[in-house]
Amino acid sequence: MTTENKTPKGISRRGLLKTGAAATGAVIGSGLITGFPTIWAQNPITLRQFGTGVSNINAIAEKCKADLGITLEMTATDSDAAAQRAVTQPDSYDIADIEYWILKKVFPAGVIQPMDIKKLKYYDKIVPLFKTGKLTPDSVIAQGTAPHTVGFVEAPGEKTFAKGETQWFTMVPTIYNADTLGIRPDLVGREITTWADIMDPAFKGKTSILNIPSIGIMDAAMIMEAMGNIKYADKGNMTKEEIDATIDFLIKAKQDGQFRAFWKSFDESVNLMASGEVVIQSMWSPAVAAVRSKGIACKYQPLKEGYRSWGGGLGLAAHLSGAQLDAAYEYINWYTSGWVGGYLNRQGYYSAAMDTAKEFMSADEWGYWIEGKPAQGDILSPEGKVMEKAGAVRDGGSFVERMGKVACWNSVMDEDRYMVKRWNEFIAA
Amino acid sequence: MTATITEEHPQIEAPARLALIASIGRIAACVASYLQAAPLALILGFFFLLPILMIAVVSFWDYDFAGLYPDFLTMNYTDTLGSWVTWKTYLNTLKYTALVWGLTLVIGFWVAYFLAFHIRTTTMQMVLFLVCTVPFLTSNIIRMISWIPVLGRNGLVNSTLIEMGLIPAPIEWLLYSDFAVVLAMVHLNTLFMVTPIFNTLMRIDKSLIEAARDAGANGRQILWNVILPLAKPGIAIGSIFVVTLVMADFSTVQVMSGGQSASVALMMKNQMSLLQYPAAAANAVVLLIVVLLMVAAILRVVDIRKEL
Repeated sequence: MTTENKTPKGISRRGLLKTGAAATGAVIGSGLITGFPTIWAQNPITLRQFGTGVSNINAIAEKCKADLGITLEMTATDSDAAAQRAVTQPDSYDIADIEYWILKKVFPAGVIQPMDIKKLKYYDKIVPLFKTGKLTPDSVIAQGTAPHTVGFVEAPGEKTFAKGETQWFTMVPTIYNADTLGIRPDLVGREITTWADIMDPAFKGKTSILNIPSIGIMDAAMIMEAMGNIKYADKGNMTKEEIDATIDFLIKAKQDGQFRAFWKSFDESVNLMASGEVVIQSMWSPAVAAVRSKGIACKYQPLKEGYRSWGGGLGLAAHLSGAQLDAAYEYINWYTSGWVGGYLNRQGYYSAAMDTAKEFMSADEWGYWIEGKPAQGDILSPEGKVMEKAGAVRDGGSFVERMGKVACWNSVMDEDRYMVKRWNEFIAA
Repeated sequence: MTATITEEHPQIEAPARLALIASIGRIAACVASYLQAAPLALILGFFFLLPILMIAVVSFWDYDFAGLYPDFLTMNYTDTLGSWVTWKTYLNTLKYTALVWGLTLVIGFWVAYFLAFHIRTTTMQMVLFLVCTVPFLTSNIIRMISWIPVLGRNGLVNSTLIEMGLIPAPIEWLLYSDFAVVLAMVHLNTLFMVTPIFNTLMRIDKSLIEAARDAGANGRQILWNVILPLAKPGIAIGSIFVVTLVMADFSTVQVMSGGQSASVALMMKNQMSLLQYPAAAANAVVLLIVVLLMVAAILRVVDIRKEL
């Protein structure tokens, strides 16, 4: 690994000067490729990657250029625009970096080609969550669009997903995490153990949920079920009646003044929490870190019903072939080879191939982020900022504890349109 | 050429030539005025009429998450007009508009009145008027967001009042409420009322006021019977600004109500973020019609072209 990382550097610097020849290089290169690993700096190749932003990280593009000589052009959009672009402009990208529920929407359009697992060097290192839906053999499979349900097809060209593991992998998972409620431990004044606690009259006017329909409805479902109001067959694919019940419940809570605000962007959630406007709310893990970095206590509270999880992956555009396809495989193999995994783990997300990522993390980092052990020294973000002081323990504990307790995955419902319509009624009510 | 022709038929050609020159001149003048109007017409055509036409066309199209499909469906309109959400949202937006209009009118009029009649030198008037525009040196969003730390639960107002012992617990309705929305909107839009009213008040002939006073009118009568009627065009222009701005607002409502309230434009923004462009277009057409009706109503009451 390490030698592979060091040798290409000199060549790729020269390669940088040749970027103008990228297009022609791609054509000429197709005849020259003989095997892996290939140093693409000789015949510069550009891969256009678009996605939802969370994993569009410049450092990854720079490292990819240095290691492989492949230029990554990254474009970030929001998830709805990503779904639309994936389907309507399939030639505008080479790599789609999308969430699994978006994949479920776009794959039937035939714009993504499945990957041959024989060409994926680290396929066996990918955590089983993405293959069988079970992190450990005795895990319960979560509701919603669980990645393994859209992870495989029987053969290239198939439009429907396979029931189990096959040779054809639709997306290589890149980044995922388990979301829960964030709390201000200094202001809630009691133990928070369940999603239902957000509806506690004691927190009237001090709670918030996110106003992104497809995710907000899932948080609402977790709350509803935790309160014992309803038992969903599948929170990720509600019936009209279930949607009605959930939205009516939300409208009532809103009119009773339970919520302080609804947030749409990351910054809003940070400000609501940091200013003390809310003491318990839906939150994303980097937002919790952002509140904490202001010196304000904030906890990503594990809850007994489990987490709402999300995950994304890299899919290959259907039009890729020849040298570009080889380069795309090379890129994906590099992505799962550890450096990126270590980077993502240090951001508080999880990488798909944990074993390779481990080699790129210090024992202390691995202990803090993945094993749930107290930090021995200060924990730094990939950018070098102190995220946690020595002695801190990650909220929710280890990787297995957190990802093993996923109750549902972000998803797209069959009654999507109806749900969005009712959600708008909730906001207007 | 011309010389020879005129020599051959001097008696016919001279008047005909004059007529020709005259008609060319007329055509040229005519063409020139068209040419002069052309840049504006083209700009308005391309950047104003065409987009509106496109919106109207798209509002009849079909859609799903992946794209728009040319069609002629009234579904987008029946969905929009048939839903109680739309009506409630319009009602809410109209409520904001009425409140903000009333408040900006009262505040704006008195600011303009003070500037026009109580400040004696023109220099000082201009200086004070410029002071009114100072907040506009920062962006709309910044001015709006800066209210949040002022009004918040632990914000300036609440912490001051608590420290002074005036209230036992923070006042909750200061932020993320209709109050906050209206406050921010009044703050953002009052200047649009001040400017045109100030302009009309400055044009009022002072001798009219003197005449009214000589005729025995008291201050209130002068204000009601002389100044207010003459300020109407300014009030109308200011009202058009404020009404159209508030009707089309989405960011103030979103930020200051903490997402708890809806406005028409916010509804459209939600639809657009879900890529439901035809539905948003239908909404836009409805909003456009409503706002045009409101502007027409204002213009019907006041003739803004009326000169003093």
